[in-house]
Amino acid sequence: MSLLEVTDLRVTLQTARGAADALRGVSFSMARGDTVGLIGESGCGKSITALALMGLLPEGAAVSGSIRFNGQELTTLDEAALCRLRGNRIGMVFQEPMTALNPLHTIGRQIGESLRLHKGLTGAAARAEALRLLQRVQLPQAAQRLDAHPHQLSGGQRQRVVIAIALACSPDLLIADEPTTALDVTIQHEVLALIAELVAEDGMGLLLISHDLGVMADSVQRLLVMYGGTVVESGPTADVFGHLAHPYSRGLFAARPRLGLQRGTRLATIPGRVPELADMPRGCPFAERCALVIAACRSAEPPPVTVGALHEARCLRTDA
Amino acid sequence: MSAPGRATTQPLLVVENLAKRYTLPREHLLSAPPGVQALAGVSFTLQAGRSLGVVGESGSGKSTLARLVMALEAPSAGGVRFDGQDLHTLSAAEMRRARSGLQMVFQDPYGSLDPRRTVLQTVAEPLAVLHGASRAEQRERAGDALDAVGLRSADLTKYPHEFSGGQRQRIAIARALITRPKLIVADEPVSALDVSVQAQVLNLMQDLQDQFGVTYLFISHDLAVVDLVCDEVIVLWQGRIVEQGAPEQLFRAPQHAYTQRLLAAVPGRGAAL
Repeated sequence: MSLLEVTDLRVTLQTARGAADALRGVSFSMARGDTVGLIGESGCGKSITALALMGLLPEGAAVSGSIRFNGQELTTLDEAALCRLRGNRIGMVFQEPMTALNPLHTIGRQIGESLRLHKGLTGAAARAEALRLLQRVQLPQAAQRLDAHPHQLSGGQRQRVVIAIALACSPDLLIADEPTTALDVTIQHEVLALIAELVAEDGMGLLLISHDLGVMADSVQRLLVMYGGTVVESGPTADVFGHLAHPYSRGLFAARPRLGLQRGTRLATIPGRVPELADMPRGCPFAERCALVIAACRSAEPPPVTVGALHEARCLRTDA
Repeated sequence: MSAPGRATTQPLLVVENLAKRYTLPREHLLSAPPGVQALAGVSFTLQAGRSLGVVGESGSGKSTLARLVMALEAPSAGGVRFDGQDLHTLSAAEMRRARSGLQMVFQDPYGSLDPRRTVLQTVAEPLAVLHGASRAEQRERAGDALDAVGLRSADLTKYPHEFSGGQRQRIAIARALITRPKLIVADEPVSALDVSVQAQVLNLMQDLQDQFGVTYLFISHDLAVVDLVCDEVIVLWQGRIVEQGAPEQLFRAPQHAYTQRLLAAVPGRGAAL
């Protein structure tokens, strides 16, 4: 049985401009131990996917399709049942550790919160477990840091604390939404290595969300490229990078500055801009910006086309 | 850009032994307040029309350097010569004149534009403040500046919320260009932008240099961006320059352990991306 089975997930948000389709039929599945990356630019739906999995969508969001987690359907669960899953079976790490942590409470107390809620640990037992977790995320001087407040730690140390909280109940799935975007490169490197190590040790699933192709190449086995609320390309990371099948994936890759480019090289750009959710076109969401567009692209959303073993792209022009 | 003979002319920017110490809040009543040495003796020169990259991590002194070069703060020691003038000894009136030659572009195009002011007000503000330009002249020059960054003069009456992140950064660049500055200090100008938008802004900045001969002091944590845009790079670490050179040499054969560490941490290197 897979750990997570997302089938035709659709999310409609209420915005100032009316209903907007933020997710338009996202499907993927992962087993325990799988590491999957969601990549795309602002507004492509990657964070909405994560929020939908955790049942944290904004007020008024309409969800259809199915999210099965350990065999249990999440889209129909009530808030109390979701609360029992979040922080317990599903761990979360967000982008900005300073806003994820409460500035008024000590590190020890914040780690203890989920231990108390989900494991019923209190007092000395919770404190001892919090210390073990801080040691596990390799926070220096963990024993003294239990009584520290978030402002006394550096950005990288805070993110280690957030990871410790996410791991407190040994979750089956860890969702990390841009976990290193706010960190310096050398710290990013350390935090990603730590996440990889912990995920491998516990055999949990990792859903990593990032806009950084390099981070993805280093961190996940499988890649989902999102654009306009759909997964436009998916496959094993090495295969996707080896043969970028969707024009958007190729555009994203080409636009990225790389070390060793001749000074003054013009970067390839993708013309136009990401369509607003509220006026998403009927056909392929990328049609307006695509050099390979044909009439059929605009009439209906292209179905996934197999371009390699386990490698698919939603594009009618994969042979072009 | 690097016309022969240019290297022999007077550099546009000379930074000499620049140091800055910030005093932190007093920790104990009876002890002296602690300090932090943000910059500890930094020297370099920058020729007109060239780009110098400054790389380093949080706390390395990058942004302090930017603030001192922009004369937004006074150094604890050392000095900044811009276009033959020692910036930190100028009188207020002289400083105002010098300022039109110096402009800055910030990281966050959401935070650096006032949401209640139109694009015209934002872009023309340096002209109004530094030159006392007439309304008609402001409008005309703002239109030209928008044109240079690929926006339309019809956009002058709009507000920042009507633009995407990339367009906002173009507006911020237009505001920097309007005084026809010789030097633009760009502090992480593309870090907050999506990859495809980042490419557009980087191309634009290079076009503007070709077109107007602007000089860039380009601060970034992204080594690939600096490699693309800059003729020379300095690596800052704990307020000092630990390595300096042309990017193709510096990034191919880094000498200092810190530069090596920065390079090794660039994501995707193992996959040869």
